[in-house]
Amino acid sequence: MTELLQPRAIGTSPARLDGPAKVAGTAPYAFDHPVASPLYVYPVQAAVARAHVTGIDTAAAEALAGVVKVITHQNAPRLASDENKELWILQSDEIHFRGQIIAASVADTPEIARQAADLVRVRYAEQAHDVELRADREDLFAPEHVNPTYPAATDDGDVDAALAAAEVTVDETYTTPTEHNNPMEPHATIAIWENGELTLYDSTQGVHTVRDSLAPLFGVDAAHVHVVAPYVGGGFGSKGTTHAHNALAVLAAQAVPGRPVKLALTRQQMFSLVGYRTPTIQRVRLAADRQGRLTAIVHEVVEQTSRIKEFAEQTAVATRIMYAAPNRRTAHRLAALDVPVPSWMRAPGEAPGMYALEAAMDELAAGCGIDPIELRVRNEPDIDPESGRPWSGRNLVGCLREGARRFGWERRDPRPGTRRRDGWLVGVGVASSTYPAFSIPGSRASVRYGQDQRYVVRIGAADIGTGTWTALSQIAADALGCPLEAIHLEIGDTALPTASVEGGSSGINCWGSAIVAAARAFRARHGADPADGAEIEAGMPENPDAEQFAIHSFGAQFAEVHVHADTGEIRVPRMLGVFSAGRIVNPRLARSQFIGGMTMGLSMALHEHSVVDPRFGHVVNHDLAGYHIAANADVGDLDAVWLDESDPHGNPMGTRGIGEIGIVGAAAAIANAAYNATGIRVRDLPLTPDKFLA
Amino acid sequence: MSPFEYERAADAASAVARVAGRPGAAFLGAGTNLVDHMKLGVASPDLLVDVTRLPFDKIEPLPQGGVRIGAGVRNSDLAADPTVRRDYPVLAQALLAGASGQLRNLATTAGNLLQRTRCVYFQDVTTPCNKRASGSGCSAIGGYTRDHAILGASEHCVATHPSDMAVALAALDATVIVLGVTGARRVALVDFYRLPGDAPQRDTALAHGDLITAVELPALPLAGNSAYRKVRDRASYAFALVSVAAALSVESGVVREARMALGGVAHKPWRAHRAEAALRGAPASEESFRRAAEAELADARPLRDNAFKVSMARNTMVAVLRDLAREERR
Repeated sequence: MTELLQPRAIGTSPARLDGPAKVAGTAPYAFDHPVASPLYVYPVQAAVARAHVTGIDTAAAEALAGVVKVITHQNAPRLASDENKELWILQSDEIHFRGQIIAASVADTPEIARQAADLVRVRYAEQAHDVELRADREDLFAPEHVNPTYPAATDDGDVDAALAAAEVTVDETYTTPTEHNNPMEPHATIAIWENGELTLYDSTQGVHTVRDSLAPLFGVDAAHVHVVAPYVGGGFGSKGTTHAHNALAVLAAQAVPGRPVKLALTRQQMFSLVGYRTPTIQRVRLAADRQGRLTAIVHEVVEQTSRIKEFAEQTAVATRIMYAAPNRRTAHRLAALDVPVPSWMRAPGEAPGMYALEAAMDELAAGCGIDPIELRVRNEPDIDPESGRPWSGRNLVGCLREGARRFGWERRDPRPGTRRRDGWLVGVGVASSTYPAFSIPGSRASVRYGQDQRYVVRIGAADIGTGTWTALSQIAADALGCPLEAIHLEIGDTALPTASVEGGSSGINCWGSAIVAAARAFRARHGADPADGAEIEAGMPENPDAEQFAIHSFGAQFAEVHVHADTGEIRVPRMLGVFSAGRIVNPRLARSQFIGGMTMGLSMALHEHSVVDPRFGHVVNHDLAGYHIAANADVGDLDAVWLDESDPHGNPMGTRGIGEIGIVGAAAAIANAAYNATGIRVRDLPLTPDKFLA
Repeated sequence: MSPFEYERAADAASAVARVAGRPGAAFLGAGTNLVDHMKLGVASPDLLVDVTRLPFDKIEPLPQGGVRIGAGVRNSDLAADPTVRRDYPVLAQALLAGASGQLRNLATTAGNLLQRTRCVYFQDVTTPCNKRASGSGCSAIGGYTRDHAILGASEHCVATHPSDMAVALAALDATVIVLGVTGARRVALVDFYRLPGDAPQRDTALAHGDLITAVELPALPLAGNSAYRKVRDRASYAFALVSVAAALSVESGVVREARMALGGVAHKPWRAHRAEAALRGAPASEESFRRAAEAELADARPLRDNAFKVSMARNTMVAVLRDLAREERR
């Protein structure tokens, strides 16, 4: 068990330390960094989904005044490694998906670069492409593992016998569409290649991740790659790994040594170049007795990956730990298609998977005629059914009970389609939420005393709008036993000690642990009254409890849904999330994280849908007018609260991570409420008005 | 995106002469639609003649009743105008149902009328589109057609007109005042827009160089009891799946007069003449509202993804008429 910090700054709500600079517009985002006489890159994208480039005419583009260079596979510098095929651009004539980068212009202004790109003429030898995911495909395969390293399939007990013998069963298929991350700040990079040194100002969830990805790609030592990202306008997973545009910016910089090269993707380009969530087809089967005690849980997922790089979303993984049942099976099968590379998006795995499982649980509650909360309580496992380990702290029931009390659940009428108010059908729904406490090894931090009697705390962490600047300062203050004002934090730079990626809701856990380790080492070495310039660096220690306990957060999501009887319009006037997520570092920022996640869940439930036209092979509604995310008017009275607790088995702060749990289960709560309102079970997201029209 | 020249128009006549005399020229209003198209390569004008400083920014009463709306009046200002709010609430409601606050602050009356379809294939130069590149084919047919037409489409184009304001204007018998090289002329709004037929590249009856200077609304007492209802995939900032603009006058339980137009269902704001005829003299009942709606939709031809629009349009028409009839009784 780790020694817990005594919380003093932790648990208070200082406003974002980066807030004033952001409001004043002085916080530099990637594209904002001032560089001398930059050039601008604009990609040319494939207009077909599978082909060979047989000719590429750049004459008109190169003739344009202000164009410095047009890069194609014929003249691009050779990359050193093809291990990551997503980044291996402009190296061959092959086209693997529509929208792939097949050339790029480099010019004096962004406008000239864009015009030049338009002037590049490409001839293709087209081949038949295949972008359609269906459950009856014959080429589905089981991946070796699902993201990040879970087994692709599990099978315990005898589910077939349990299903055959069950008094009540549910056997339904739920689907979620392709979805795109769409952070507010489009992906942008400035690359400078000078005297064998590469500097990148990037919009990323991890500067060291970018460095460690690009160094081998370009065959340079990581020590010669310098990545800077102090402020990032959202990522939602799409900036957690490097993408083709990063490689393009560096290729362009190589072509014009010494000149800074700026690249900002357009919103449309983001729909084929920076990752997305795979569509999912999920068959869920539940078997139970009449009292709702589960005897079998089966969750089988069909999803897609790209032909050039495998990413297998861990859609059914949360199902493995959620409920007690002696017979359990999960499986993932993939189709490798002529599509862009899918990747992390907003609680990959848990978000789509818990939609299906928790919608199925609602159907089981209806089938057994028992309350959906009571159903979940009856299936509460004493230990983690998957690992057999004790929970570090599982308080799903506490979340459900507290939520029921606050939400007014006792007023729920279980009969669907029976309440009407001013032309709107009214219903309420509930769903469970969960997210694992991920820990990524390797983060380090340093503490130095001296600058104006302050402690300079350094770590290459990222703040993608989540509040890292503030929360890490609070942790550092408590770890050093000093006031918050005595902390000077530096993050977002590979010149700082190594930090893991901001992903899997693991940032505070990993970076906070490294900072606490450095602070404790600093006090042990330099005492309470350190000399000017005293400094120490330390790494995040191993957590022996990680192998002893199942460490997961849980939550309960409640929604009230109105569906218009005439038009099918669906509104969510009220949502409540109750979370059990360990200690909360900063309640103000945490609430923002939770309700932000719940808003994403709402958006997933009602709106988000990347429409792929199989004839062309690309997302045709590829802008924010066509790809709907929830607008302000869609978000009603949204509230998030949490149980007052601290997890003693994860890290010295007692936290478990709150970045993603807010989204998990939200879509199911809304779908379940829509059923309660209308009596219509919509099993295919998003829940658009047409699906409720008689 | 291609380079272009920019000029600010000194007066309307010279602006018309300038654009009419140059095939690649275009008028620039707020640019909320045109500038997007220039970035996307959908439009590549070589000259933009900025008409936003011309003196077309007034909303004035007409001597014979009704109101004249300058072409340059911003959507937000028009929606907030007390006369419009009192005498033509359907217009104010339609304006406020469109776009976002920021866009409405910028967008002009004429620009709103002339915005082009949001068909995803029209906006994507990597796909065929007869409206954008005449004769290249229609990608929407056989493709993604959730937002597309159920009335009046052709084998060449199934796009819808995106404006909310124009739907209200269609119901209100508006007239578009146009200045061309040969002088000014008046075009009824219902004749201003075209159905796609075999020339979907043409949205309106305007010739190259024609400049809209104003829109006139006639005095229309029944418009005092009017409403706009927009059904869309999210609560704001989305184009209509279906919208209904309607005005209703009921006397002793009988419909005396009705005006109705539909949005989101056709290449143009769809004036519901058949429904109006069915309503006139009918009892103001749910039954006649439904019959009128069904008469209007009798020729609906839904596409792969938009069969729901038929029942959605029917239900929305009935709901709007029901609300207006209830208002009349108060």
